Amino acid sequence: MKKLRKIVAALAGGALALTLAACGSDGGSGGGGDGPFIAIVSKGFQHQFWQAVKQGAEEEAAARGARVTFVGPATEQEVEEQMNMLTNELAKSPQAVGFAALDSRAAAPLLQQAQSQNIPVIAFDSGVESEVPVTTVATDNKAAAAEAAKHLSEQLGGKGKVALVVHDQTSRSGIDRRDGFLEWMKENAPGITVLQPQYGGGDQLESANITKSIISANPDLKGIYASNEGSAIGVIKGVQESGRQGVTVVGFDSGKAQIDAIKSGVMAGAVTQDPIDMGRKLVDSAIKAIDGEQLPKTIDTNFYWYDKSNVDDPKIKATLYE
Amino acid sequence: MAAVKTQAPERAQGGGIAGALKGSLQQLLAFASLIVIAAFFSFASPYFFSYGNFTAILFSTVVIGTLAIGTTFVIIAGGIDLSIGTGMALCAVMSGVFLVKLGLPLWLGVPAAVLFGGLIGLVNGINVALLKIPPFIATLAMMLVAEGLALVLSDSTPIYFTEAPGYTEISTGNLIPGVNFPNAVLVLLVVALIAGVLLRKSVLGRYTYSIGSNEEATALSGIDVRRWKIAIYAFAGLFIGLAGVLISARLGSAQPATGMGYELQAIAAVVIGGTSLSGGKGSIVGTLIGALIISVLNNGLQIMSIPQEWQNVILGCVILVAVYTDRIRKKEL
Repeated sequence: MKKLRKIVAALAGGALALTLAACGSDGGSGGGGDGPFIAIVSKGFQHQFWQAVKQGAEEEAAARGARVTFVGPATEQEVEEQMNMLTNELAKSPQAVGFAALDSRAAAPLLQQAQSQNIPVIAFDSGVESEVPVTTVATDNKAAAAEAAKHLSEQLGGKGKVALVVHDQTSRSGIDRRDGFLEWMKENAPGITVLQPQYGGGDQLESANITKSIISANPDLKGIYASNEGSAIGVIKGVQESGRQGVTVVGFDSGKAQIDAIKSGVMAGAVTQDPIDMGRKLVDSAIKAIDGEQLPKTIDTNFYWYDKSNVDDPKIKATLYE
Repeated sequence: MAAVKTQAPERAQGGGIAGALKGSLQQLLAFASLIVIAAFFSFASPYFFSYGNFTAILFSTVVIGTLAIGTTFVIIAGGIDLSIGTGMALCAVMSGVFLVKLGLPLWLGVPAAVLFGGLIGLVNGINVALLKIPPFIATLAMMLVAEGLALVLSDSTPIYFTEAPGYTEISTGNLIPGVNFPNAVLVLLVVALIAGVLLRKSVLGRYTYSIGSNEEATALSGIDVRRWKIAIYAFAGLFIGLAGVLISARLGSAQPATGMGYELQAIAAVVIGGTSLSGGKGSIVGTLIGALIISVLNNGLQIMSIPQEWQNVILGCVILVAVYTDRIRKKEL
């Protein structure tokens, strides 16, 4: 028995050491080199969107001879886990930190700590309500929403009644994606009547229910705009369940259901953010910040309109996730 | 047979030289593996071995550690509590309701939030002991109820404690002047001490072991098992409440959607610490060490910049190894 225990312990210890050594050497931490070390703490990890940000960051780091690490909590609710991760990354004294805050205010003490350690912080994906970050690398949601408005207006020939199903009215992305759409319509499409925006919390079922009631209340409805993936899937469902024909739907982001709907023609098209571009610009800004360059307050990342005609275009395809 | 079995665990944990030796040896070995892991990281990374990083590790242990201490009682008593994670979120929200929405002072609102955790535990206890619902199902149901209530009571948005000045000090402040040692860690150490003494020396602790090792025999010896089971769940619930206060004070906000998954980490800490899932055996010191092993691993692997995908693989393997060696050790002794 004693022997067995020793063998097991030795094997286990050896396996652990080997695993650690293997992971340590072949990285996956992207781009080796002795260049600057940039620690990135994201809002998530498994989700395709974040994996694409990671990919962009690692590509840029490899090209510039920098070293990056990329971590994020398992879900976007795990605020405490994200704080632990940021603490651990700061302990490694990186030359710069990329940070996408789940909750800006919860992160305030750690951001202060980064500042006192003279580590520049680059916010990404969404703004951080703090003076600490030197810049914010994010999609200009207003401009992206305006792009969706423009395409919907074109599809409808510049006239008709349209509705909005927005994911929420309190978050920055919800507000910007709503206002960007409304403002573009107001300025550029006098023939289009926009109904009062409705909010479905990004929930598919709720968005579907909202869509159905909009459709029954407005027999002359021509188009619907959905502000994120969950809303878009809900709108598609709602339109299908109502059985109404001739409603043009435009959406936001991607996801399998939305891509399928666009390919089959149920949906006219959608605006996609470019997470790979976000990762690249994040690392680019971090390197510039390390070199002491002045950065603009915000750095806009790319977005693209995609529809049936270009959904398989490699450039677009790279930004879509299923 | 039954009567002998009831008495044995009490002796093993309380008096008896052999029992005491066995107990402390178990803890010593768990502690030794913690030291080995920490030593490994100290050599592997230049950033691991520092006062700042050690306080960071302790700080990150606080919430899981607090939950794990409470749930140690439940597991030793032969039960399980899956509601501690979302229950914690609900208590954090209740803390927000008491302090921010109702504007209660700290001295009233904070204990109220802790007691609310006790209420969650009480309901669990009643469901398990009186309604005879298996603990796994009863607390699974409570997990869902708490998750939902946390969202309902907070309108699904975080409650910020900006209007309750001093609240965040409970976790992030430094009671020892001039030393960077978060209060939350002090709280954890104090409640661990209290829980440890209660488990070893009090009637509650004795019956916890006794119910866990042989419920039937305990009942036959004239103890009101149902009442004590309810008491154990309710007592463990207080730690749910305390964890809710500690996490929301750390984040400066009650995050209603957080908490799912914490129960499994806490249970893992308890099991790594040598507490048997079949009940009757376990200790608070072991649980604390178990929680520390998890957070040292999380911290060390990240400090070494091990890719995140692999961190969980390694963590899972360590849990397997820890529990397996513990089994071998027990067979030997």
